[in-house]
Amino acid sequence: MENKLTRNIYMIPYWLWIALFVIAPILLILYYSFFDIEGHFSLVNYQKFFTPVYLKMTLSSFWYAFLITLISLLVAYPTAYLLTKTRHKHLWLLLIIVPSWINLLLKAYAFLGIFGTYGITNSFLEVIGIGTKQILFTDFSFIFVSVYIFIPFMILPIFNALNELNPSFIDAAHDLGASKWTTFRRVIFPLTMDGVKSGCQVVFIPALSLFMLTRLIAGNRVITLGTAIEQHFLVTQDWGMGSTIAVFLIIIMFLFMVLTGTRKRGM
Amino acid sequence: MIKLIRVFLSVVIASAVLLFVINRLNSAEGFSSGNTITIYNWGDYIDPDLIKRFKDETGIKVIYETFDSNEAMLTKIKQGGTTYDIAIPSEYMIQKMKEENLLLPLDQSKLPNLKNIDERFMDLPFDPNNKYSVPYFWGTVGIVFNTKLVGDKPFTSWNDLWDPSLKNDILLTDGAREVIGMGLNSLGYSLNDTNKEHLHEAKAKLDTLTPNIKAIVGDEIKMLIANEEAAVGLVWSGDAADMMGENENLDYVVPSEGSNLWFDNMVIPKTAKNIEGAHQFINFMLDAKIAAQNAEWVSYSTPNKEALKHMPKEMVEDERFYPSPELTDKLEVYENLGKKNLAFYNDLFLEFKMHRK
Repeated sequence: MENKLTRNIYMIPYWLWIALFVIAPILLILYYSFFDIEGHFSLVNYQKFFTPVYLKMTLSSFWYAFLITLISLLVAYPTAYLLTKTRHKHLWLLLIIVPSWINLLLKAYAFLGIFGTYGITNSFLEVIGIGTKQILFTDFSFIFVSVYIFIPFMILPIFNALNELNPSFIDAAHDLGASKWTTFRRVIFPLTMDGVKSGCQVVFIPALSLFMLTRLIAGNRVITLGTAIEQHFLVTQDWGMGSTIAVFLIIIMFLFMVLTGTRKRGM
Repeated sequence: MIKLIRVFLSVVIASAVLLFVINRLNSAEGFSSGNTITIYNWGDYIDPDLIKRFKDETGIKVIYETFDSNEAMLTKIKQGGTTYDIAIPSEYMIQKMKEENLLLPLDQSKLPNLKNIDERFMDLPFDPNNKYSVPYFWGTVGIVFNTKLVGDKPFTSWNDLWDPSLKNDILLTDGAREVIGMGLNSLGYSLNDTNKEHLHEAKAKLDTLTPNIKAIVGDEIKMLIANEEAAVGLVWSGDAADMMGENENLDYVVPSEGSNLWFDNMVIPKTAKNIEGAHQFINFMLDAKIAAQNAEWVSYSTPNKEALKHMPKEMVEDERFYPSPELTDKLEVYENLGKKNLAFYNDLFLEFKMHRK
């Protein structure tokens, strides 16, 4: 009986935290989403979300987030795999993670200089004879910088999954005559699937609502739902519409979590 | 565990000591008594020499803090943590602050130098009878262009931006009213137009500008244009003056169809403690010679007509920053269009941003 009481007391901070910082904000967002710009209760924001403008924006957010996640994964998996094979793997991993300690804004500004018309990249292109190209304010630069920013978060879980992989499984596969490719496809990849899934979640979900890079690196040529939320809250002061978009983002993210979530499978 | 508690305790003690020292320092400098005022202004927006002079003349010490956007300023004043005695917001923000009861009315009997302000800049729609605000600097929205990159191509009209030779060479300031306003102006409509047909027409016209637009950016526009990342930009005159200081190939023009006229204004926010001192400061800044010195240092356009007499001729006669009365007549101050119309402007702007080449 006493045990149960102390356990309940220990649970208080947890429940307080969940109530104050998880449930209350979501309820507030939901509440605000039912008010139009003049503060009247209405469903007009939801109606507005299903107009071509916002549907197009949702699709393009999805498309860019998908590309960012896919490219991050394609780069991160081989990198993480090679890392586990090196001798000082934790040192190499640390080196990859170090850039994520630097402020995001600072990194974005650095890319303004690197990708600019008179930046390092274009000087290099000029030297090797390709000539100056527009890199800044293109889809390429937006995806490149986003991948650069998100990649440590993709590498970490995959690295951990690969690191925990019992090498005897691989030996067994080889002994049973599997080629390297088959071993990877049938043994290594399925066993590290959890790492891949959590990596994708950690990248895809924030990528869906990126907003600062869309202005700094893409020059507002890429508009995501995050950009729209920022504008509705800061410029238009249309909290209702901003909240409505946020509600849809939460729903989308929830669905994504459910779809990629780890399910207990009968082994 | 004991070690952990020790670390924790030492952090708490260190913080308490620091807090105490800060308090002592503040009172040692006389910060908490009645003879100080706190000013909240944009960065690089006052001659520091004048702050010293104000202290020497009146004995009032000035605490000076800066902000970089009207919205950031509004948030801080709303929170009320710091007792700002003077703030310098732009005209649209004054309307908003008025609606939210964040301003104190000015006592004009304590501002004898108010007579120095040009009548053109008094009693404007955003603050009838200057009940709450006194203009500090003013400016326009226009086109900054790089003469080295565009050659002899003259810029006189908004429609010059639609020239095919400027393909992918224009940067726009990320402001709904500035960009939609450019569309409205280029069609000969008012900047404060709320007719939906006119607005749709302006947006359709802006869509045809898309091939020429390289990017729509925020404050970075100053750096990007000074670095010749693009040849042409839609900017505020103040930003243009900054860029022209960095790169001598740049020039600025206010298109002949008309444009926006903006004001930054001194106000006394609700957070003020030293209201008497705040009035003294406003009156000090309105003095002809002081305002002239400040305008020379800041290089924005001063609304103080007496100050112009004390300023270098080439500065006052520069029509780019002191446009002729004929052009000034065509300039419009933004009116508060109300939330609904503003939202419509922003929706159109969002759609325009999504329009792909």
